[in-house]
Amino acid sequence: MSLLNKFETVVGLEVHVELHTRSKIFCGCSTSFGAPPNTHTCPICLGHPGVLPVLNRQAVEYAMKAAMAINCEVAEWCKFDRKNYFYPDSPKAYQISQYDQPIGQNGWIDIEVNGATKRIGITRLHLEEDAGKLTHIDGGLGSLVDFNRVGTPLLEIVSEPDIRSPEEAKAYLEKLKAIMQYCNVSDVKMEQGSLRCDANISLRPHGQEQFGTRAELKNMNSFRGVLRGLEYEQLRQADILENGGLVLQETRRWDEGQGRTISMRGKEEAHDYRYFPDPDLVRIHIDEEWRSRVRDSIPELPDARQARYVEEYGLPSYDAGVLTASMKLADFFEDSLRFTSDAKASANWIMGELLAYLNANGLELEDVKMTGQGLGEMIALIGKGTISTKIAKTVFKGMVETGKSPQQIVEEQGLVQISDEGAILSIVDAVIAANPQSVEDFRNGKDKAIGFLVGQIMKETKGKANPGLVNKLLTDRLKG
Amino acid sequence: MGITVKDVEHVANLARLDLSEQETEQFTGQLNAILQYADKLNELETTGVEPTSHVLPLFNVMRDDEVHVSLSIEEVLANAPEEEDGQFKVPAVFE
Repeated sequence: MSLLNKFETVVGLEVHVELHTRSKIFCGCSTSFGAPPNTHTCPICLGHPGVLPVLNRQAVEYAMKAAMAINCEVAEWCKFDRKNYFYPDSPKAYQISQYDQPIGQNGWIDIEVNGATKRIGITRLHLEEDAGKLTHIDGGLGSLVDFNRVGTPLLEIVSEPDIRSPEEAKAYLEKLKAIMQYCNVSDVKMEQGSLRCDANISLRPHGQEQFGTRAELKNMNSFRGVLRGLEYEQLRQADILENGGLVLQETRRWDEGQGRTISMRGKEEAHDYRYFPDPDLVRIHIDEEWRSRVRDSIPELPDARQARYVEEYGLPSYDAGVLTASMKLADFFEDSLRFTSDAKASANWIMGELLAYLNANGLELEDVKMTGQGLGEMIALIGKGTISTKIAKTVFKGMVETGKSPQQIVEEQGLVQISDEGAILSIVDAVIAANPQSVEDFRNGKDKAIGFLVGQIMKETKGKANPGLVNKLLTDRLKG
Repeated sequence: MGITVKDVEHVANLARLDLSEQETEQFTGQLNAILQYADKLNELETTGVEPTSHVLPLFNVMRDDEVHVSLSIEEVLANAPEEEDGQFKVPAVFE
């Protein structure tokens, strides 16, 4: 860490987001994930001679929506260009992209790191087509090409070099993911490649204005990969600079297994893309009417929703931030509030039990059958005294594992709380009679002994006795 | 100032083309002839004409987001020099 204290880290991220249109950006082939290789291809996406690409209107609208959501100025006119490169993942030997007239420019998003809010600038957002997938055959005998992904509409979102640490990079990526999810333009799943992230990272001595030489990092396929890759790379560069060396401007690949970045030699000369306007695709004109129609389709975004939770439900800002980081989680929370007014309790169950369960089992919210309604009803049952908070944990487990309603679980497992004074009193008396030593200890001033007795009563009732009532009746008896 | 042998070598390298010295010479001459022909456009008076990326008076030619039937795998691979497991097989590439 002392090594890093001497330098300031500067990071800019280049994020690719696959838009979830039904069909590809320039042809009618399906974009669905996981089809057998090359079964979603046609003469257009295979780049056969003489074909004519036609732009998918939905892709443009998603791009406009995303651009507006990250506060970009949306171009009135823009166009597509050909980015020329020769590599087998591109059947045309060029990628249709946007060069000097991106659909969005000069945006920003706010991130929160260590309780402080920071604004990260966004240079540009443009629309382009995805490339194919290469599989390398063992032994260098050749490579196999699957063109299903070619032509899937992609957003490229380039940040300003405003990011100063791996943690900020991760926060930026998480916020960007949340915004894209809220806008409903992409599945934003890093593990399926619908959200991808490259980084430019350089170091400079504190106080120096000029940026250091940067390395471009690729292949960070998870949020953790982005964090670890950048952490590794900043140490690597600090070590070089500290020893009087020079950082090479190069592309490096993050190797998750080895936990280090590796130079990708030979990628350098290819950075001569000879862009020119694609003559097959006419220009896009975005007039005020279209612009405002798309603007109206943008829902409440994470920051606004977080602020509303603080305002409307009195939640701590941190809680509101956790809940709104994922739209599905926020929707789940709001669903629960149709059945209980105890927002803080709902937030606690979600942030505690629910997220712990999902993390422990490597699941996403959509993988479990439990609903926000179920959680809301369960909290209402606690409020009414039907079940205790302790029993609720059992009910919660049942809901998350089976999707059953809390009422059903309570009935099936006989979990209704015992709040009948007479019933509890007889158990209290039995436990007192069976544990004279503990009673003696309590009377001699050992307050802890009461905990043991409460435990015995709960054990007798399989945890169903109303804890408040047990405490009251037991204390009355012991002191009486 | 036309295209030099160096330019041709550079572009050939980007396109992964392995040209002989004689071919490089030949293409340099041919490409220069093409450029000279296109140079005729420079004789036009363009003062006051806005630069444009496209010559057609069209914009916003778009389609609805509808899925159409793709080619059969046999058709897709019909022109593949080599194939394996429904995929195009190409010379080994390394990242």
